[in-house]
Parts: sequence; structure tokens; C-alpha cells
Amino acid sequence: MTDEPRAGHRPPPSTYDEDPVVRPFMLTGGRTQTVHDGLRIETQLRAAPAALSAPLRFEARRIVELCQQPRSLADLSAALRAPLGVVRVIAGDLITEGYLRIEQQPAELSISLIERIRDRVRAL
Amino acid sequence: MSARSDVVAPPIAVKIVISGGFGVGKTTFVGAISEIEPLVTEAELTEASIGVDDTSAVSGKTTTTVALDFGRITLDDALLLYLFGTPGQDRFSFLWDDLVDGALGAIVLIDTRRVEDSFPSIDYFEENRIPFIVGVNRFDGGMRFDLREIRDALGVSDAVPIVECDARDRVSVKDVLVALTEEVLTRRLG
Repeated sequence: MTDEPRAGHRPPPSTYDEDPVVRPFMLTGGRTQTVHDGLRIETQLRAAPAALSAPLRFEARRIVELCQQPRSLADLSAALRAPLGVVRVIAGDLITEGYLRIEQQPAELSISLIERIRDRVRAL
Repeated sequence: MSARSDVVAPPIAVKIVISGGFGVGKTTFVGAISEIEPLVTEAELTEASIGVDDTSAVSGKTTTTVALDFGRITLDDALLLYLFGTPGQDRFSFLWDDLVDGALGAIVLIDTRRVEDSFPSIDYFEENRIPFIVGVNRFDGGMRFDLREIRDALGVSDAVPIVECDARDRVSVKDVLVALTEEVLTRRLG
């Protein structure tokens, strides 16, 4: 049942850690907050092709590769098998560094857009 | 330089939140219609859960990982619909603001055997003025329900649509999503 939450138990510092998985926020230098507040879970992100030749670490590189097409944080999290909070921080850094940009979305969904959503869902 | 005619407009991403009590069928609901395998994990600081997390005797705990349901539907070249399930337990409600921010609306799934499990979801969407509808998930046996009784038990106004559904059935799930968009339009035009 995927509804079942899985509590990640972290022992106090300096005790032996039997969990073989790299701590999620090791990848972000311990930071859990992105510098970009507007980064929603579904926000579409796109990387410039030039970013592919930038000297980036593994996770950042994968994000830049994946974002040659627009992808959301949720998509990236699933593709990297990394927690959303971690991906949010790394993506935020890439935006700050100019490798990734937030695709602009309409501030409010218009009536015609909502009707289009309804009609498209009905036609699925 | 020529005009940037080769630049394709970014897709518009729309989000619908699927909520309800633990084990009510949110994962099944998302999986019935998503074009991807529905699952993503979230890790957060547990400062928010300190003092709340009475199941853990581990001191010094600093992260909580919780599975979120996540589905995606490509509606057309320029329109993506994301479905996000809220974590099934109250103690993860600190994740909700992030999930719900900017959502088109929400679907609250209920199990008639445990109607009260949906109260936190309903309270949240009412308080935050998020358009929502209630989906009564028919579990095995397919028994019919008196929607009037359910409405009374939930304490929601007559304006909130309540629909029956089968979270395992793609067509049924589709109908619920359509019903939500109708509700959003009704609220917008009303």
C-alpha cells in the first residue's frame, strides 16, 4: 500500500548509521529549503542546451539532461528516485546559476482553459 | 537573427489534489488514469512533526520520508494534468500547503465505513476555499449508498457535489475528474 508512510529514522550524529542509503540532504549540503519560493511541485522547468556542457555534478547533470524537455519537480523526483525536497533544492540552485529556467504559467486559469481541461479529460 | 519561431510554448501544467483518509483508495484512483507509475517520495525536516510523532521513540530524528502519490496525464501538446495524492495521515499535513498551492481543485475520496477519516481533508479545503467534490469510493460488494445520508454525515453544504465512483475503474475516475472541472466552472461563473 503506497499510502503507508515510511518514517526515515535518523540516529543522532556520531552514532553508527546502518542505513546504507545516502542521506537525502547530503546531496544538498544539508539544505532543505530552496531559494525559489515559486517552485511548485508541478512547475515546468527547462534547461538551455548550453547547460549540458556545464561542469555539473551527477544529480544536477541529470536534471539538466532531463530538462531539455520541460519537466516538473515531481517528474524529476520520480526520474532521479530522489526525494522531492532534495530535487527542489538542486533545481533551485540550477535556476540561480542560470542553467535552468522556470517556464511561465498563466497566473490564473481562464474559463476557456478549464473548459478545455474538462473536454480533454472527457475525451480520454 | 530570425524570429524565434522554433521556440515551442511551454506546456501549461494543471494540478488536481486527491485527498481522503488512509487507505481510502487514493493510490488506486491515481493509478487508474495516470500514464506513469504513480509514486514519488518527499523528504522534509521533521521539526513540524516533533511532538506529534508519537510512534517514534527515536530521539534526534531529523527527517521524515513519506510516499506521495503522483500521476500525470498529457491532455494535449500544450496541456499537462498532474494528480497528487495527499499523504494519508494527519501528521503529514504540513506537506499539504505545497501540494495544494495553485491547484485547480481537489477530490476528497471517502469510504462509507470510515466517513470521519475525510474530515481533515474537507476542513482543509473549506478553510482554504479550494473547490472540491466528494467521491464515494465503492469498495468490493458494490453496495449503493444514500447520498443524502452521506452528505449529512460529512456536514458539507448542498453546493458541494457528491459522486459515487470506483477508484479501480478508469472511466469512473475520469467522470470524477470531469465532475470536479464542472464544479470549478460553476464556482467561477457563479
